[in-house]
Amino acid sequence: MGRVWKFGDNVNTDLITPGRYNLTTNPTELAKYCFCEVRPEFPKEVHLGDFVVGGVHFGSGSSRETAPLAIKASGIKAIIASSFARIFYRNAVNIGLPILIADTSVINDGDQLDVDLRSGVISIPESGIKIDAQGLPEFLLAIMDEGGIVAYLNKYKKFPNP
Amino acid sequence: MPRTKTLTEKIFSKKVGREVQAGEVVLAEVDWIMSHDTTTPLAIESFHQMQGARLHRDKVIIVFDHVVPAPNPNAALLHRKIFEFIEEQKIDHVHYAQGICHQILPELGYITPGSLVIGADSHTCTYGAFACFGTGMGATDIAVAWATGTNWFRVPGSVLVEISGSLPKFVYAKDLVLEVVSRIGTAGAIYQALEFTGETIPKLSISERMTIANLAIEMGGKAGLVPADQKTLDYLQPRAQKPMERLQADPKANYENYISVDANKMEPKVAVPHGLEQIRNVSEVAGIKLDQVFIGTCTNGRLEDLQVVHEVLRQRQVSKNVRVIITPASNEVYLEAIKQGYIETFIKSGCVVTNPGCGPCIGRHQGVLADGERCLSTMNRNFKGRMGSPNSEIYVASPAVAAASALTGKITSPQEVA
Repeated sequence: MGRVWKFGDNVNTDLITPGRYNLTTNPTELAKYCFCEVRPEFPKEVHLGDFVVGGVHFGSGSSRETAPLAIKASGIKAIIASSFARIFYRNAVNIGLPILIADTSVINDGDQLDVDLRSGVISIPESGIKIDAQGLPEFLLAIMDEGGIVAYLNKYKKFPNP
Repeated sequence: MPRTKTLTEKIFSKKVGREVQAGEVVLAEVDWIMSHDTTTPLAIESFHQMQGARLHRDKVIIVFDHVVPAPNPNAALLHRKIFEFIEEQKIDHVHYAQGICHQILPELGYITPGSLVIGADSHTCTYGAFACFGTGMGATDIAVAWATGTNWFRVPGSVLVEISGSLPKFVYAKDLVLEVVSRIGTAGAIYQALEFTGETIPKLSISERMTIANLAIEMGGKAGLVPADQKTLDYLQPRAQKPMERLQADPKANYENYISVDANKMEPKVAVPHGLEQIRNVSEVAGIKLDQVFIGTCTNGRLEDLQVVHEVLRQRQVSKNVRVIITPASNEVYLEAIKQGYIETFIKSGCVVTNPGCGPCIGRHQGVLADGERCLSTMNRNFKGRMGSPNSEIYVASPAVAAASALTGKITSPQEVA
């Protein structure tokens, strides 16, 4: 179980890791400013195993990989959104940060969630609501299972079969 | 008979060496792998984690454009890491402070029609102006491509954007593409490629096509492609010195979506804070007071843009109430603007001219906004806090609106000062 940090539509990478703090590659440093524009309390109050939940086009904007890196370093277990910007989506898979595409309209800020990353079933035990997330394609699941593309390539020396 | 293909499918089919269609995931060799001073450091870290990785150095381009010269010790340290990597790996294609990556790659002959270029920058889609499939990726994807010369791609479905008519006076390619954004929405083309066509496109200059392709990502697009015609070849051939061909989609290809825009009926546009889909006609927002005007970027920092600004500002003074910052997109643009007398106009009219690069677009130097300040910019994004304080505001418009607004210190239609 983890707490939901709910965001709206079009959460862009400038809101996740603002340009003026984006001058380091250290994940712990990046996590200190994660979401500081929209949820200034996030870096202090987030706990290991919490979830970030967004609406459409989560992670839009720049290609900066510091955005998913900061979220991962904050201890977030998975990001769930109704759609993702494609660069952010790839970046998250590449660094082994689980992402799920699902109808997030019934998930509220502060909800406690149970998420089965394998089956993609999201449940809100308090209300009994269950949501089926669209799982990653096999190809990306293979990368995610190894913890990211670098680990995958180190192990298998080639890309998964498309 | 082979299936008719979108421009996207044509490019991927050629790269992969077989007929591919939208939706397929393919492994493809890339022609160039570009990264810049902000995204390269993380790519280096990922690369160093790859066991026994050897850099495909003949494909690697590193551009220092985002925060150059380094404005603080943190940026300087990141630059240092990149310099050391360049030396260690003997990378040849390095461009320090010569201009914005998306401007100098075409200028220096790297871009050709039908090529596949990935860049650790979301506006890599700009190369689509030359029918090159340019797309943005993150640092780890770049490292993977450095090590393998390839990457995986889902061949995107395409959205056909058909543009007809001629741009009225005071209306520019920027206004046209803002209109497209307002029609498609900022999330309207996620995972898709935008393909621009119609009677207006061949009439547009290379610079205008780049402005249009540049904004594809602002609609969520993976690429923004313009067919390569004789004009494209005339621009690229002397620079690339390689054989190249015209390239366009097959007639009656299969598109996932279609929109048409009539250029004839347009007015100058302004995107208001804090999202590019919030687009107004300039007449609806005229009079809003400004603290800064910024003219430049990969969207609108080219010679034609500076010419428009020069024509508005010539023998006039910008308002004392605004700081006006002009950043040429590249050294080539800068030198030509000096020759043409544009830079003299800008300096005499009271503007600050910076060295070529991204300038204040990403809020790290050369014109960072304070709490409560308002800037009108020719860039491509008006995200909250992008240029500095999260309590500042960014309005996005064409160079003509920016120049007119520089004269008055408030949002002004170019028609008002003509």
